[in-house]
Amino acid sequence: MQRIIKNGQVIDESWHLLPKDTPFESVSNSDDVIVPLAMWLEHGRALTIRDGGLGVWLESDEQVEDIADSLQHFQVIALNFPVFTDGRHFSSARLLRERYGYKGEVRAIGDVLRDQLFMMHRCGFDAYAIRPDRDPYDALQSLKDFTESYQAAVDQPEPLFRRRLA
Amino acid sequence: MYVYDQYDQRIVDERVKQFRDQTRRYLAGELTGEEFRPLRLQNGLYIQRYAPMLRIAVPYGLLASRQLRKLAQIARDYDKGYAHISTRQNVQFNWPDLEDVPEILAELASVQMHAIQTSGNCIRNTTTDQFAGVARDELVDPRPWCEIIRQWSTFHPEFAHLPRKFKIAVNGAVQDRAAIEVHDIGLEAVKNAAGELGFRVSVGGGLGRTPIVGSFINEFLPWQHLLSYLEAILRVYNRYGRRDNKFKARIKILVKALGPEVFAQKVEAEWAHLKDGPLTLLQAEVDRVGAFFVEPPYEALEDQGALLASLDAEHPGFARWRSRNVTAHKKPGYAAVTLSLKRTGVAPGDITDKQLDALADLADRYSFGEVRNSHNQNMILADIRQDQLFTLWNELRELGFATPNIGLLTDIICCPGGDFCSLANAKSIPVAEAIQRRFDDLDYLFDLGDIDLNISGCMNACGHHHVGHIGVLGVDKKGEEFYQVSLGGSASRDASLGQILGPSFAQDDMPDVIGKIIDVYVEQREEDEPFIDTFRRIGIAPFKERVYAANH
Repeated sequence: MQRIIKNGQVIDESWHLLPKDTPFESVSNSDDVIVPLAMWLEHGRALTIRDGGLGVWLESDEQVEDIADSLQHFQVIALNFPVFTDGRHFSSARLLRERYGYKGEVRAIGDVLRDQLFMMHRCGFDAYAIRPDRDPYDALQSLKDFTESYQAAVDQPEPLFRRRLA
Repeated sequence: MYVYDQYDQRIVDERVKQFRDQTRRYLAGELTGEEFRPLRLQNGLYIQRYAPMLRIAVPYGLLASRQLRKLAQIARDYDKGYAHISTRQNVQFNWPDLEDVPEILAELASVQMHAIQTSGNCIRNTTTDQFAGVARDELVDPRPWCEIIRQWSTFHPEFAHLPRKFKIAVNGAVQDRAAIEVHDIGLEAVKNAAGELGFRVSVGGGLGRTPIVGSFINEFLPWQHLLSYLEAILRVYNRYGRRDNKFKARIKILVKALGPEVFAQKVEAEWAHLKDGPLTLLQAEVDRVGAFFVEPPYEALEDQGALLASLDAEHPGFARWRSRNVTAHKKPGYAAVTLSLKRTGVAPGDITDKQLDALADLADRYSFGEVRNSHNQNMILADIRQDQLFTLWNELRELGFATPNIGLLTDIICCPGGDFCSLANAKSIPVAEAIQRRFDDLDYLFDLGDIDLNISGCMNACGHHHVGHIGVLGVDKKGEEFYQVSLGGSASRDASLGQILGPSFAQDDMPDVIGKIIDVYVEQREEDEPFIDTFRRIGIAPFKERVYAANH
């Protein structure tokens, strides 16, 4: 069990995030698992016929284009932040939502800290595995940092300049 | 100038609240220094050699008199009574206490100012021509476009953690006073044959460790698509720019690695998805923003050629000042006046609280209450009646703003250097001062004409040394401060990067080195030929021979 923020609330959940070196044979049939991209690319067919839930996670240098054709198989797509200053997956999240129409959970994992959450939310993340040494309840506060934004993004498809004119 | 509505104000107020809490958490030990660092940097707060430095945003260099008064008050209350104009048209305070910064930001917010994205790996302050809106050679006023870009780039959620800093500049005039080709993105407002407005887009220019002149990847981007195209460029950079080595993380390295054509194809492919989406600009928005930049209530005046000529004849000092510090204005009977912040004995770009207050009064009395900062670290009163130039000149002299050296050798662009900055290899301010003292003969300076001398204390190039006609770079040589000299750089439309003269020099030798370079120019120049033209004609060899002759 671990605590994550999902849809603006702290919840306990039981998805297993499988490390990159996990042997495919050791993946349980019934657990809810988030598998590394390489495992998905190699064993995709077998993974989809398991009983448990399926998610995939991408390293910060892996591309959403590699899973764009298979999004229907994933309940969760987790995007890893090796350090919180690596902003590549801000683009990945927007692409998943805006270009590929992914409706499942987009989860931030890795070095996920309070002060990134507002921007992540705007880009389409809806779940955050806050770094274990930090309090997720504190982190929740940052989702309310701003009540207005200039840009179009996932949470607000109209840029402010269009809403101003309305 | 642009005036905040409720939305702009709310965003800035909420930013103050957010940063107040971040600072509180840092001081309480809830955020480590490493975690606080990017947060404070994105708010312009550096930890410097002696104290923090706070860089305040001055969007495209425009300031209202009430903002100047607020800066003066902050300089008095939270600093040591002065501020510094940076090469990105911003304002810096060198001595605030970290604990006071949230309060300073609250003060700034009360006059529609902030420090958002003045540092850090994000989109920085968009810069432009200091004569925007008044220049005679202007085709398109760049200021509304700068404001539109400012809003789009402020807290852009996708580009909050780019591989490295990102700088955009816009030019709308025949001459390029915004140095757009040495920016990550340079935009030149142009009109096509049908008279429609668009932008030529340059990417991958930049100074720093690897100076590169940008490549134009789009010759005509219709204005409606400006933001979607910028978003496409930034997305390609955010996804594919290098993050393994901070010295190779600027977009210029990506553009160079892919080649401008391939980079342009990637942008086009991304843009194909974004084009005609919600980011498409509307005429109504351009009109809304443009309405803040309509002409002030100019009077119908005639040019005052005869009056000014007779004043020139009577007052040689006025004539000299007019020839360097006064720029032609698009309106008859008006002129733009550059206030020199390059008086010998004062660090280039520094201005005291008293001067800021006095300047605010001058702006109210002479120039519709507005002032501009230039990337050359001077300040401009842009709308002066020609028949008031003489009285203004007298006031400026009293205030120490009338040094008639704009564009001359002593109008040095100079970073704060090792006296303040913890990145610097060497001091830059004392070198600037020693050169200014060496060339203190105004007649001689005038005779030398236009020469850009730019000094950076390290290869981060805040002093733009690569594009100085004469560039000086502070380097570390076995723990000692040395200076490398380059010649032939230019930030103008024909942008070029300086060539290194040879081995570096000790600080004490610098005035002599510059003296020898100037001697070669004076001996070799053809009638009225500017320094940069002489250099381009004769090359670096004669300069090299002279400067290093004594060492052989």
